[in-house]
Amino acid sequence: MKLLENYDIAIIGGGPAGLAAAIGANEAGAHKESIIVIERDDKLGGILNQCIHNGFGLHTFKEELTGPEYAGRFIDKLLDLEIPYVLNTMVVDIAEGENGTKLITTISKENGLKVIKAKAVVLSMGCRERSRGALNIPGFRPAGVFSAGTAQRLVNIESYMPGKEVVILGSGDIGLIMARRLTLEGAKVKVVAELQPYSGGLKRNIVQCLDDYGIPLKLSHTVTRIDGKERVEGVEISQVDERLKPIKGTEEYYKCDTLLLSVGLIPENELSDSLGVKLSPITSGPVVNESLETSIEGVFACGNVLHVHDLVDFVSEEAKEAGKNAAKFAKIGKTSEENTITLTPENGVRYTVPSTICPENMNDTVTVRFRVANVFKNKYVAVYFDGERVKRTKKMILAPGEMESVVLKKEDLLNKGIKNIKICLED
Amino acid sequence: METKNLICIQCPMGCPLEVTMENGEVIKVSGNTCKRGEIYAKKEVTSPTRTVTSTVKVENGELPLVAVKTKTDIPKSLIFECMAEINKAKVTAPVKIGDVIIENVCGTGVPVVATSNVK
Amino acid sequence: MTGMLYDAIIIGGGVIGSAIARELARFEGNFCLIEKNEDVCTGTSKANSAIVHAGFDAKNGTLMAEMNVKGNEMMGEVAKELDIPFKRNGAFVLCFDKKDLGSLQELYERGINNGVKDLQILTREEALKLEPNLSDLVVAALYAPTSGIICPFALTIGLAENAADNGVEFKFNTPANKIEKTDFGYRIYSDNEVLETKAIVNAAGVYADEIHNMVCEDKLKIVPRKGEYILCDKKVGNICERTLFQLPTKLGKGILVSPTVHGNLILGPTATDIEDKEGIDTTKEGLDSVIEKASLSVKSVPVRSAITSFSGLRAHINHDFILAESADNFFDATGIESPGLSSAPAIGIHIADMVSKKLALNKKDNFNPIRKGIIHASELSNEERAALIEKEPAYGQIICRCEMISEGEILSAIHRTLGATTLDGIKRRTRAGMGRCQAGFCSPKVMEILSRELNLPLDEIKKNGSESKLAVGKSNKGI
Repeated sequence: MKLLENYDIAIIGGGPAGLAAAIGANEAGAHKESIIVIERDDKLGGILNQCIHNGFGLHTFKEELTGPEYAGRFIDKLLDLEIPYVLNTMVVDIAEGENGTKLITTISKENGLKVIKAKAVVLSMGCRERSRGALNIPGFRPAGVFSAGTAQRLVNIESYMPGKEVVILGSGDIGLIMARRLTLEGAKVKVVAELQPYSGGLKRNIVQCLDDYGIPLKLSHTVTRIDGKERVEGVEISQVDERLKPIKGTEEYYKCDTLLLSVGLIPENELSDSLGVKLSPITSGPVVNESLETSIEGVFACGNVLHVHDLVDFVSEEAKEAGKNAAKFAKIGKTSEENTITLTPENGVRYTVPSTICPENMNDTVTVRFRVANVFKNKYVAVYFDGERVKRTKKMILAPGEMESVVLKKEDLLNKGIKNIKICLED
Repeated sequence: METKNLICIQCPMGCPLEVTMENGEVIKVSGNTCKRGEIYAKKEVTSPTRTVTSTVKVENGELPLVAVKTKTDIPKSLIFECMAEINKAKVTAPVKIGDVIIENVCGTGVPVVATSNVK
Repeated sequence: MTGMLYDAIIIGGGVIGSAIARELARFEGNFCLIEKNEDVCTGTSKANSAIVHAGFDAKNGTLMAEMNVKGNEMMGEVAKELDIPFKRNGAFVLCFDKKDLGSLQELYERGINNGVKDLQILTREEALKLEPNLSDLVVAALYAPTSGIICPFALTIGLAENAADNGVEFKFNTPANKIEKTDFGYRIYSDNEVLETKAIVNAAGVYADEIHNMVCEDKLKIVPRKGEYILCDKKVGNICERTLFQLPTKLGKGILVSPTVHGNLILGPTATDIEDKEGIDTTKEGLDSVIEKASLSVKSVPVRSAITSFSGLRAHINHDFILAESADNFFDATGIESPGLSSAPAIGIHIADMVSKKLALNKKDNFNPIRKGIIHASELSNEERAALIEKEPAYGQIICRCEMISEGEILSAIHRTLGATTLDGIKRRTRAGMGRCQAGFCSPKVMEILSRELNLPLDEIKKNGSESKLAVGKSNKGI
């Protein structure tokens, strides 16, 4: 598709977030031709295309879909709505142009290097996996050390096996899913080691992906050495103490040809950063307000580029809002910043998205999403307006691997003079 | 009387379930927060089932593989037999989401269907 | 005797072997470089500090001092000819204790005697003006403006490509297993062939002692000295502008903190003598010590921004290079530890001079010193880049999103002289996979391109050496 000079809304990334944002923008009244979805890969759907396991869409569609099926529903919708998109197109720069427009430099085989202008931008570039280097695991650097997602692509898309005897470091969902996937495809997954005393993945995945196949999960363990000069020959796993430091004398050696890493996801905000978008040191994603608007006016963020989600349903929900808000911005421009309320995460709550709310600008409700810092049992999630508790919800279990949320209503916030909302855990 | 502890996998809540059984019959499920948890617990301790997802070889397609799943869950004990049938299967492009790849996998009556599109 | 008789065979495709090959290519003759691995730049040359040292460190009167200062002077011109990145960013040697000011002065004087230009001793305040992130411990610094940073892959590959373009034959996966003296020179036995040559140049890095000992009466022993490094994200590449060394003290030789020529930040190296010549593993102790020592130099060490760690081996013999005709027509370029990279252009000339005189070779009149590097499309202006993509659309398809490397660059790396055949070969030529995701996203794509262009199945694509296949076979489908 040929890129035009001007758009109202440019959506950077055609994964689940970008697709929902485009649909949201269109539903909120943005003309289809005024929207463009820019995707760097050769198809829409993003990483869902390689997530062939089921478990997607329970919230949205009330049925369990696989990744490509879930993406397929949104892609079909996008095609039905005739919202334009380009593939194989990389955004290499976003800059501020005149009168608040954004200049987006794209490159592709088809359109060459093309700078387009947009009134509003939705950032939906997703995230990347933390690499071995970021962990400083000692040892050799042989072939056979893969991030779980890379291995997933090799197996599910390319039809090649990354290895036969596998150790997995990190119990994030992709690692758990790949443990089952590789087992089904004939590999032997020897162990999953997790640095933390709790798993980073969903409980159901531990049951379905590890327990079902008798794959041991070793909590409070990490890889302390990688062996093998050309191809992985084995790894050493050690137990860690409360400070997550390996304990001498607890080393165990696992012979294997592959080490998969599922050690966390990092929102991919290099573009946002170069544009000058303020990033949160906790989420590594943009700091946003109730409209999911970043520190730069007219630039919105949603999905895993904003903060890493565990369920794509919430990505879609959030992205739809971002798309709607972008459409609103493109139509009426700058909105009020008066009476802004700050949100403070406290006592076990690590962060909140958004981090500010301007009641004048919000829709009827705002969903505040957050993660907790540890595993907690039988705690209340409490909401305080200027020190006064207004809400508390009992939770049997809270875990860092599972995102939580509270919904705030406009009627409770508008013209109430509230300065601060605290979200915390309490007994 | 015996009790079994399970984690419910019906949704991301992952409720810890306690199933009380007598003579192979479930007499009580606790810890669940919804009806689906109870159904799951009963099934899990008597005849557990799983949906199997994998890939099937595609010939003459833009990609070498199409993603597939068992249309509904099948007995957990048949997972590897099911994989063997899936691994043997072959389809020719184009394949669309929902296309039946294997009509009746392992005699379960459950079809294996495509979950991705391959042109 | 059968087959070709070479005038000279260079053993070793590191930066030294490649520099010698390029200098020999200026002469008439048949030259061949043999390398035991699959590519050039796979040993010491691939894992070092990537610094072009000013030359104040080596003892006065040593070959090290002479080659370093000469090599440093030549580097600007060499980099230009080979179209590779090089920057004279300057260096500080940081002094952390007033008691050590005497040693700093000694270093200054040694540098002056070695012929290093523009050296200066700076007070803490003067140093801070130039490098505001220096730690509170710094009391003074020796400033060497001629110090530089370079890409060691680009230098080695550039030298090798230019040598090959000027007629030097390169044979990979060709170890020298045995060497015999013959009437006309030497016979080298490799895995699958036997090569005949009048002269040998030994540039075999950490293995140079084994090569030397096959021929010479006097025996050498190289101790591989391991150096561990941490490389950080480009986000923190601006913590300092200059290379920050530490003044060696009784507690040992310090480590450096430096930007790289590509804008990353490098910390290291440690120095541990080991036995294993392939022992390039990192250790917890080593990496911890890098972090600890780096914190002496700069205020806050950005450990969280680490993107990879690695270790390299220095071919340590004594305290000087051996550049000599150690046996009749057998020339050693051995013991080339730091500052070997800096000295490479000078060593190339030095050895080629010895060889050409001994063999009475004549200068060629058609040597072309110019090599065109791979176009780095992301460094072009928008207009230039647009024009390039229009001409060659492959430059419009980004493969490595972290370093913004296009398919065009990868194709160029595969199809040029001494083209890449492995993932690491692509990485060293284009930087694809060298960024913050460490090839997580691009490796399957680069594997696909390699497989397509080299006409190999995907599971034959390797990371580097023969046992380093990335996939272990096709999954069992449709059979």
